[in-house]
Amino acid sequence: MNVTVTLFLQYLIIGLATGSLIALIALGYTLVYGIIELINFAHGEVFMMGAFFAATLIALTGITNESGGVAIVGILLVALVGSMIFSAALNFGIDRVGYQRLRNAPRLAALIAAIGFSFILQNIGIYWRGSNPFRPPEIIPAEYRSMNILTEWLGLDTAVRFRLLDLFVIGVTIPLLVGLTWFVYKTRVGTAMRATAQDREAASLMGININWTIGVAFLLGGALAGAAGMVALYYNDNARFQMGFRYGLFAFTAAVLGGIGNLTGAVVGGLLIGLAWSFSDGFVKLFIPAWGPQWTTSLVFGLLILVLVFRPSGLLGEETPDKV
Amino acid sequence: MPTMLEVQDVSAYYGNIQALKNVTLHVDQGEIVTLIGSNGAGKSTTLKTISGLLRPRTGSIKLKGEVISDKPAHVVAGLGIAQSPEGRRIFNRMTVMENLELGAYSHGKPDPVDLERVLTLFPRLRERIGQKAGTMSGGEQQMLAIGRALMAKPTVLLLDEPSLGLSPILIDAIFNIIKEINAQGTTVLLVEQNALKALDVANRGYVIQTGNIVLTGTAKELLGNDMVRKAYLGEE
Ligand SMILES: Nc1ncnc2c1ncn2[C@@H]1O[C@H](COP(=O)(O)OP(=O)(O)OP(=O)(O)O)[C@@H](O)[C@H]1O
Ligand SMILES: [Mg+2]
Repeated sequence: MNVTVTLFLQYLIIGLATGSLIALIALGYTLVYGIIELINFAHGEVFMMGAFFAATLIALTGITNESGGVAIVGILLVALVGSMIFSAALNFGIDRVGYQRLRNAPRLAALIAAIGFSFILQNIGIYWRGSNPFRPPEIIPAEYRSMNILTEWLGLDTAVRFRLLDLFVIGVTIPLLVGLTWFVYKTRVGTAMRATAQDREAASLMGININWTIGVAFLLGGALAGAAGMVALYYNDNARFQMGFRYGLFAFTAAVLGGIGNLTGAVVGGLLIGLAWSFSDGFVKLFIPAWGPQWTTSLVFGLLILVLVFRPSGLLGEETPDKV
Repeated sequence: MPTMLEVQDVSAYYGNIQALKNVTLHVDQGEIVTLIGSNGAGKSTTLKTISGLLRPRTGSIKLKGEVISDKPAHVVAGLGIAQSPEGRRIFNRMTVMENLELGAYSHGKPDPVDLERVLTLFPRLRERIGQKAGTMSGGEQQMLAIGRALMAKPTVLLLDEPSLGLSPILIDAIFNIIKEINAQGTTVLLVEQNALKALDVANRGYVIQTGNIVLTGTAKELLGNDMVRKAYLGEE
């Protein structure tokens, strides 16, 4: 295979994996924005906390990469679910303690509270694991960590690598994305959420408990961020108290790109940002030698500015603007 | 007939602006009672306060003798008071069916009997059951707002200007449906600008002016009252 094609496919795989992680986080921004029009600046930190919780939980069990397949797969699942519950509870708690009291205050008050929660959580992160990056407990045996599914399982003759880790990311995110869509569009609580997003007063006339329903949006967004945190911990093979900043900004950009408040938009935006990130980090320099990862952040924010200038409601925003 | 809904000396405010001043009214079981008054008199505010969207600063509201004025709107809805609010307030980006299902939210699942009843009262909704509510005509949206409120099996139905913006034929149809709903056992408190039509279907009425109830009586009495004839029926 041609080297350019190989590299293209490689960056495509990385972009899709990173993009689906960003999509998970972006959904949390968009769910909350859709229902109370608040940009939850603490959301990136809720994601970071999910990663920290997974690392601590796995370390506590004492399971290592020699513990055997069942124990390893088991603890990965437990850590995934555990991080989801932890981050969901955290996000819900932030709403109860902070934002809920500010529901009728000027919008700026809640925004500033969100920035405050973001700093608080970063400091808890430093207290918890220090300020240096750390690696997750080694529970994936070395031979699996970098194993290429395409050659080893499918017997393809290719230099493109689709690792078990990539499969892990995609295998976690796709069911969650499908599950969330099902929840929001097919369940009673999901319908209550959409009604609340469209017209809060009318929803309460239907008998919908508004505060509780808003709480559910925080629970769902938090759970997705927790899952993303656990996955990112192993996908990046490190974590740090600041990890929520970059992921958070990229995910927020993705949500705006897709049309904030729009679930499909967040996923599309997440994948686009993931691809832009991946291609900018490596592929573009094949054609523009001066290009490199140092330009990625500028590229992403350039995209954000272009969208805000030319299509403020986002790529899919007009189709289903889930705002009143 | 026993008293269904009792509003006693209720004052309500938007910030510092007083919108209701010691409003007292009651609706007996099985009645249609109408509340008439000009723009800004406090009609919608009265309904909002009954529904729990606005908390009275003084006074109390009782449903079948139980105080409800200290309860949030979603609890009041669950107790059997449904409202078709001013401006319809349907969920535009949801289908007609989803809107009707939301009307029955307090009961969990919508009752097929209620659904059939609503679709029989408003055959137009049956034709458009899968359509996005926001794309329907104004009259159809008004039918949906009333139908959605009926899905809650309300013991008391609050209607805020159901005839607003409808053609004369539709207005007659809506008032006939209100009579029919009432005949099927629902108590109705009807807010209207169209005083003539409202007094035509109502048993009794109240006249509200700048937050005060200034007049009350049977529909017949009000139709014969000079002040009502001048101010609300447009007679010289
Ligand atoms: N959300 C609000 N904030 C502040 N003042 C309000 C609000 N809603 C209503 N008011 C004021 O309260 C008073 C009563 O309003 P209300 O909506 O009850 O009138 P209404 O009788 O329903 O009138 P209309 O026939 O025009 O619907 C008005 O003076 C109005 O300006
Ligand atoms: Mg009104």
